[in-house]
Amino acid sequence: MRFAGIDIGSRTIELVVVDDNGGLVHSFQADTGFDPIAVANKLLEPVAYDGIMATGYGRSLLEIAIDAPTITEIKAHARGARSIFPAARTVLDIGGQDSKAIALSENGNVKKFEMNDRCAAGTGKFLEIMSRTLGFNIDEFGPQALTADTDLNISSMCTVFAESEVTSLIAKGENRQAIARGLHASVVRRAAGMIKRVYSGGDIIFTGGVARNPCMRKLLTEKIGRQIQTPDDPQIIGALGAALIAREIRQAG
Amino acid sequence: MNEDYRSMWQDLGLDLDAHESLLAVLGNAYRDIFLSQNSRPREMGYFDFVMSEVHGLRIKELLEEKKSGRKIIGSYCVFVPEEIVLAANATLVGLCSGADFATEDVEKLLPRNTCALIKSSFGFKIGKVCPYLESADMIVGENTCDGKKKAYETLGRMVDNLYVMDLPQMKSDNGKIALKLEYERFKSAVEELTGISVTAESLKTAIGTVNAKRAAIGRLLSLRKADPAPISGLDALLANQVFFYDNPARFTQSVNAICNELEQRVENKTGVFPEKVPRILVSGCPQAVPNWKLPMIIETSGAVIVGEESCVGERGTRNLIDASGETVDQMMDAIVDRYFQVDCAIFTPNPQRLSHIEEMVRDYKADGVVHYGLQFCQPYLMESIPVEKALEDKNIPCLRIETDYSMEDVGQLKTRVEAFIEQLS
Repeated sequence: MRFAGIDIGSRTIELVVVDDNGGLVHSFQADTGFDPIAVANKLLEPVAYDGIMATGYGRSLLEIAIDAPTITEIKAHARGARSIFPAARTVLDIGGQDSKAIALSENGNVKKFEMNDRCAAGTGKFLEIMSRTLGFNIDEFGPQALTADTDLNISSMCTVFAESEVTSLIAKGENRQAIARGLHASVVRRAAGMIKRVYSGGDIIFTGGVARNPCMRKLLTEKIGRQIQTPDDPQIIGALGAALIAREIRQAG
Repeated sequence: MNEDYRSMWQDLGLDLDAHESLLAVLGNAYRDIFLSQNSRPREMGYFDFVMSEVHGLRIKELLEEKKSGRKIIGSYCVFVPEEIVLAANATLVGLCSGADFATEDVEKLLPRNTCALIKSSFGFKIGKVCPYLESADMIVGENTCDGKKKAYETLGRMVDNLYVMDLPQMKSDNGKIALKLEYERFKSAVEELTGISVTAESLKTAIGTVNAKRAAIGRLLSLRKADPAPISGLDALLANQVFFYDNPARFTQSVNAICNELEQRVENKTGVFPEKVPRILVSGCPQAVPNWKLPMIIETSGAVIVGEESCVGERGTRNLIDASGETVDQMMDAIVDRYFQVDCAIFTPNPQRLSHIEEMVRDYKADGVVHYGLQFCQPYLMESIPVEKALEDKNIPCLRIETDYSMEDVGQLKTRVEAFIEQLS
């Protein structure tokens, strides 16, 4: 049997298929665009599955469209992270639209969580907009920031204010790698604050698209003062968790 | 729309077009949120009727009372004692503050970072859409939080009938003396407005009327201890909201009728949701009509609300007044005793509120607490952090929500609430 998990995020949609034993069979990804249901259907079309679970901010769209059951991305990331790192006790997920820190109990259940408020501060969207302002491609944003030898302090958390702060730093002739590093540091401060509010010991796992960014990983490790673990493909963790829960529900009968 | 009402609203000076669009929004929200619920108690039909006539028939009644010489007093707070108002032959009504209205104009008068409730009360005045406010012979403001206290200075320049009641901020002997003095001053102001002196007899009758109303709502709230809950949190909140608008005797009778039905339901184990769904206690800021956002999200996410630790809820309605006094002064003391127990977050320190939250979690067998804070509401947001900490120390899960009256964060809130419910399941 095959079980599918689909994570409809604000920026990307991931589809993961697992087998009877919970082993990863396929994973697919596409940009969410402006018609997430069409994108989701296109991803699902060639895939055969016996059970499905939707998650992500667009989960209810799929619930209506194909009658898929749903779980929140908080539960999905917790389950997904735990399947790769069985000792996980805290999960930091930074996606395109929001960020969250999740504390897990010893047996892997969600114990407590924090979520950023209703704006782009401290999310992938923030980094994306700032990379554009600085003229970097989003994939080179982290690596470029890592090359900076100085650290500029960016005080604004708000995307709009931070953008004007960046503009004035550019006008002052500051090095753009250093500005980039300062921006990463501001996101890290916020994320570390969220982790601190839920943390009660154990391994910390970093998931979501922003976990692909090496500068984020490095600065976060420094800030927290302990090793942060990142899955090979941090973006699929929500979809993986959803697929695993679809499988567990079926197997539970 | 009924033509009688149109001319009535016009006479009150309402902005008819704006008012009509407000009623349309209210009507749609009510249909989508309340009428769409499953297995509601039959007797809730009374509240459906009240809500459909909340700016119609009820206003007509108030205007008829006015015609017969009775005065109408409007209030924004549970500290304004209805007993004194009734004893001086006047009627007390709650004033509108549960929806955004004319926000841009409001923000010319109040800072943007003022809570939604205060902004709303101004919006209804500026937008000329609250018939209660326009019917009132006296508007009572009260010095609770700094936001309200300073906003009344501005409101006082917009209306000519504002009376401001001062409130103590500490539950000390001096605080109690201050409250007594303020209630005496309020009594005199009401007597002067109505031209009728409060007597021992009229005060005793008034205490009896309001006690009966509080006892009835208390009975309803208590029935929610059953599993499955016989009434939804939304419907119970609605009863708590109508508490502020309706004729007290009729309200008492209607709520008791609902309670009779609910007792049957409890006996038959009939619920609005299946047994064992997660049970939530909502604690924090008041939720005035039509602020139904959070309960709607909670109850469409697979949980049931079993209690409100709120001024529109048990904090506002618990405790009856000892009616055994023989003189006006003895009864005034009894009134002060009762109101002084309201554990509003303006008091410092305020440990009784935390005890009540824990007591309600126990009594209502709540699985978790959702702390409801309005953005920029300093007193409740400040308390939310120690409240969460104290609950977690006792292994009671708590979700802190900070929001306003807008709908832009519904998606985010739904994710948080659903995740919290997953955590409880």
